[in-house]
Amino acid sequence: MRRYGLRGIAVFYLVAVLLGPLAMVFYRAFDRGLQPLWSSLTDPNTIHAFTLTLEITAIAVPVNTAFGIVCALAIVRRRFPGAGIVNAVVDLPLALSPVVVGLMLFLLYGRTGWFGSFFQRHGIQILFATPSLVLATIFVSLPFVAREVVPTLRELGDEQEQAAHTLGASGRQTFWRVTLPSIRWAVVYGVVLTTARCLGEYGAVAVVSGHIEGKTETATLRVQDYYENFNQAGAYGIAIVLAAISVIVLLAMTTLRPKEAP
Amino acid sequence: MSIEVRNVSKRFGSFQALDDVSLDVDSGSLTALLGPSGSGKSTLLRIIAGLEQPDHGEIRLAGEDATVLAPQQRGVGFVFQHYAAFKHMTVRDNVAFGLKIRKQPKATIAARVDELLQLVQLQGFGHRYPAQLSGGQRQRMALARALAPEPKVLLLDEPFGALDARVRAELRLWLRNLHDETHTTTVFVTHDQGEAMEVADSVVVMNEGRVEQIAGPRELYDAPANDFVMTFVGEAVRFDGELVRPHDLEITLDAGPGAREAQIDRVVQLGFETRCELTLDDGNRVAVQLTRGAAAELELEPGQIVLVRRPGVGIGGELSNVVG
Repeated sequence: MRRYGLRGIAVFYLVAVLLGPLAMVFYRAFDRGLQPLWSSLTDPNTIHAFTLTLEITAIAVPVNTAFGIVCALAIVRRRFPGAGIVNAVVDLPLALSPVVVGLMLFLLYGRTGWFGSFFQRHGIQILFATPSLVLATIFVSLPFVAREVVPTLRELGDEQEQAAHTLGASGRQTFWRVTLPSIRWAVVYGVVLTTARCLGEYGAVAVVSGHIEGKTETATLRVQDYYENFNQAGAYGIAIVLAAISVIVLLAMTTLRPKEAP
Repeated sequence: MSIEVRNVSKRFGSFQALDDVSLDVDSGSLTALLGPSGSGKSTLLRIIAGLEQPDHGEIRLAGEDATVLAPQQRGVGFVFQHYAAFKHMTVRDNVAFGLKIRKQPKATIAARVDELLQLVQLQGFGHRYPAQLSGGQRQRMALARALAPEPKVLLLDEPFGALDARVRAELRLWLRNLHDETHTTTVFVTHDQGEAMEVADSVVVMNEGRVEQIAGPRELYDAPANDFVMTFVGEAVRFDGELVRPHDLEITLDAGPGAREAQIDRVVQLGFETRCELTLDDGNRVAVQLTRGAAAELELEPGQIVLVRRPGVGIGGELSNVVG
């Protein structure tokens, strides 16, 4: 009985907090038929918003994957003073509100900011343009790969790497042939979480974007735009596309991942 | 390839792992580094392999200074206690690793891997993953992997420590035979004195970061350099203030010179031998090893009061310096 009770609570919680609202979004999107949904989704500005989100993701995910792996290796494998601080700083984006991240970028790259005046003189637009959107997204999605890889590396230990060294493998060969294959599932999982975070990023991007339709408006900002202009079908339409992408990514990962990772 | 260790010291924080250690390993020999845990034997092996750097001192391989050489450049094969198998590779790929790194032709690699799998009796296991092997099989795979690039020195860090007693005994013998065939200079670390004595030509006894004695198994047992070696290599008990081996004592029922009264605590049958544990009249506990026949003749029973003496000592006394 107790078993069922606990299960009941878990299922109820999931339905009430997660699945219910998600179902509602789907329901509302199709509320007034397919026509308004379709026209909102095929609007050139909406298509631009999706393209922009995908472009930002396409830059932020590889950058953060590379950084996350390097960072995890530095934290786990290299004994250097300040490794603890690096470890803590990597988590900073998780603790900071994205809005604060946006404001920080604003202060740094604004006309009077530290870097802003430099770029201004060279005629490079950072704020209210794609570069600031990319920077904001990279910042907020930075910890995921490192967070996944650090414990896996710890658990792995360094014996396999030492064995590779005694067998003649250089540092680079050891990384590609031994370390990376051993942490690959942690990396994949980190990439999935990073991708989801990039697609869904709102707060930091909202501050630095400037909301220029067809120029600096990402998919999530487009949702807000539609919603504020009483285009509910459009808002929900974009929302379900974003949700569908996330579900597909998660499903793909679950099916790809072997039952027992060797 | 000969190995010379010259005045090597290594400290981990406040722990002195090695304290001015020097030793020579002859080319083609089979040497054991024997000591309790924390004696520095593994650290010394890792320094020879280049996996750790000494704080002071020098490592010479084949007469050349190798102290600052990376592990990749030392031409050593290393076997880890917990196998360090590449879990994402098949047995074949594990064994082939060192050869692939050296960019040898595919056909050469395949032939060499076949040969090694045969040597370690893992033919037919080539396409398995390490997770599908038993501990003994994994360690044999690790040995094949270490041997593949034909190292001039084979270093093994407690290679059989994680295996059960029977597999351990098998692999010991196998290692000894392998060495007799290949004559690769081999150094292995162990805390098991039986293993060191059975397998090695030469045993280096270490304690608290220092070398206590370097000798052949027989000399080590018969002429230990000090009390530590005496107690660590084989069993020793204190009798009349001196360390002696349990089989150097005898139990008798006739009073005689040098005999001491003792009460039997326990009688244990160890195959062909019988081990008798006693408490002497001064409260010291000793063990005496005797043959089954002798024990049966004396009809030893726990609680019985008997006499213990050291033959040859009580009469003349001139043999009392035979030990130490």
